[in-house]
Amino acid sequence: MTAGRLPVRKTYKLFVGGAFPRSESGRSYPVRSADGEQVLAWVAQGSRKDLRDAVRAARGAQAGWAGRTAYNRGQVLYRVAEVLEGRAAQLAAEVAAAGAADPEGEVATAIDRWVWYAGWADKVQMVAGTRNPVAGPFWNVSAPEATGVVGVVAPEVPSLLGLVTRLAPALAAGNAVVALSSERWPLAAATLGEVLATSDVPAGVVNVVSGRTAELLPWLAGHRDVDALDLTGAPIGLWADAARAAAPSTKRVVPPALDDRWLDDDEQSPADVLATMEIKTVWHPAGT
Amino acid sequence: MLAEIEHPDPGPTRLAVGGPVAADGPRSVDGRVLRVPAVDAVGLEERAAALGGRSVKREAKLGALSLLIRCIDLTTLEGADTPGRVQGMCAKARRPEPADRTVPPVAAVCVYPSLVPVAREALVGSGVKVASVAGAFPSGQSELSVRLADISSAVAAGADEIDIVLNRGAFLAGDHRRAFDEVVLAREACGPAHLKVILETGELGTYDQVRKASTLAMAAGADFIKTSTGKVPSAATLPMALCMAEAIRDFADQTGRQVGLKAAGGVRTAKQGWQYLVVIQEVLGPAWLTPDLFRVGASGLLNDVLLQLRFQASGHYARPDDVSTD
Repeated sequence: MTAGRLPVRKTYKLFVGGAFPRSESGRSYPVRSADGEQVLAWVAQGSRKDLRDAVRAARGAQAGWAGRTAYNRGQVLYRVAEVLEGRAAQLAAEVAAAGAADPEGEVATAIDRWVWYAGWADKVQMVAGTRNPVAGPFWNVSAPEATGVVGVVAPEVPSLLGLVTRLAPALAAGNAVVALSSERWPLAAATLGEVLATSDVPAGVVNVVSGRTAELLPWLAGHRDVDALDLTGAPIGLWADAARAAAPSTKRVVPPALDDRWLDDDEQSPADVLATMEIKTVWHPAGT
Repeated sequence: MLAEIEHPDPGPTRLAVGGPVAADGPRSVDGRVLRVPAVDAVGLEERAAALGGRSVKREAKLGALSLLIRCIDLTTLEGADTPGRVQGMCAKARRPEPADRTVPPVAAVCVYPSLVPVAREALVGSGVKVASVAGAFPSGQSELSVRLADISSAVAAGADEIDIVLNRGAFLAGDHRRAFDEVVLAREACGPAHLKVILETGELGTYDQVRKASTLAMAAGADFIKTSTGKVPSAATLPMALCMAEAIRDFADQTGRQVGLKAAGGVRTAKQGWQYLVVIQEVLGPAWLTPDLFRVGASGLLNDVLLQLRFQASGHYARPDDVSTD
């Protein structure tokens, strides 16, 4: 029976608010194999309105996510890594189709990195928080808090590891994320969305929009309800305009990476968790 | 056995109900029957969906947003309402967008009777009307005398418009006569104030019932018919509003009297708002696209309209935190 069977192909869609909608624009675009010979899939091509919906979903989910205990956030993120492990073969196939030299290695690094950041969820505040010496009768403490809604631009390659490297620290910090996936190779990012949807991450905390980066980034950067913009994976040519569009709403902007050493362990750091956090300082009268 | 009831409008028409209204609807004295046709539910919902899907862009959108603001009854109906909160809302009603004088004030603010004097004072000279719910809102389940006294005192306190609920208990039990008579008495108790009758469509169950209740309320003298209280889960829907708009159109055709429509409850986004405008335009025509004959009761809608206007002006998506709530 299985000899002449037609495979059931997956429709790659957006991941917004915990659901998998097509683009409201009705558009999709073909994703080709690395050699350009074969169309791997038609993927939803997100529009500015999809992006707007994603930001709305993220805003609605952010306070609840940040309000969880840091320990619980870490548990949920660890759970994501568990589910990722079960999808490793599928992710490796999608990464391989994107021309990765070592797909299994990339997926393994992505999972390990995710676990590493899961561990930071309940430690970053202790490590980065301080008690400040002040010249007065005050007890003065500073602690990092989630910035809010963070826009993440994933690099073109590595298509999975690049997104994971920027997404996981932002989540550990307690942010909600709207991510633009790799334009040429969005398949693994779409599958990551399916993993997130089935691993206790509340709906809306992560939203993944596929499409044309040059079309979508200006809208993400100009959106007043996005609090930070991580351009680490953004094409260098779009950097200046995005930063300019982000300025009127005083977004925190993380600049593009000038190297492509995504696989190195140097690419993971608590500084990347702090990159999307704000330091809150409290002055409290010192009682006697 | 026709029971005559003086129609409260100054016009010459005298309306009355005869027999069980359920059978053939309220009758007019001069022999004309106010027909209450059966509603084609499938067709109605299809039409509402088609009208709701219509694209409103650019200048039309800006016009719709401005009109929506002028038609809003800015509402707060909470147990936790304080004078300060109502004053804040009134300030917003006068100048919804403090930085932009071209944004018009809303039509009215809608509060509980005890806060009418506060709203009255805060709105002096603004042209914004004060509306008050009354008559044991939102259930209407009190003695008639109590409900009428509630209405009278709200009017005495300075309310320009009174929103009452239809006696659904009587209506659903088949006692249309009582429901009708109570609206007539409420109309008298209102005196110079405008009367809006809330049908609470979510509790009436079917479009046929909504259609019947609409005609009953209009025949009894309502100046506006209103979809919902906003206090039950199933609030205003586009098909329900379409059903009521058709009743208003037929009533106007038969009696010459123009009754207004107020959508309330669940209208939160600007897009929902202009969908109602499209329904009004297509069923009742441009004559109804004024604050005198169309209102939308809402608390959150105004902010979404303001965000839309900011988006149109700046080209960037706006931040909901940038506009005031309460």
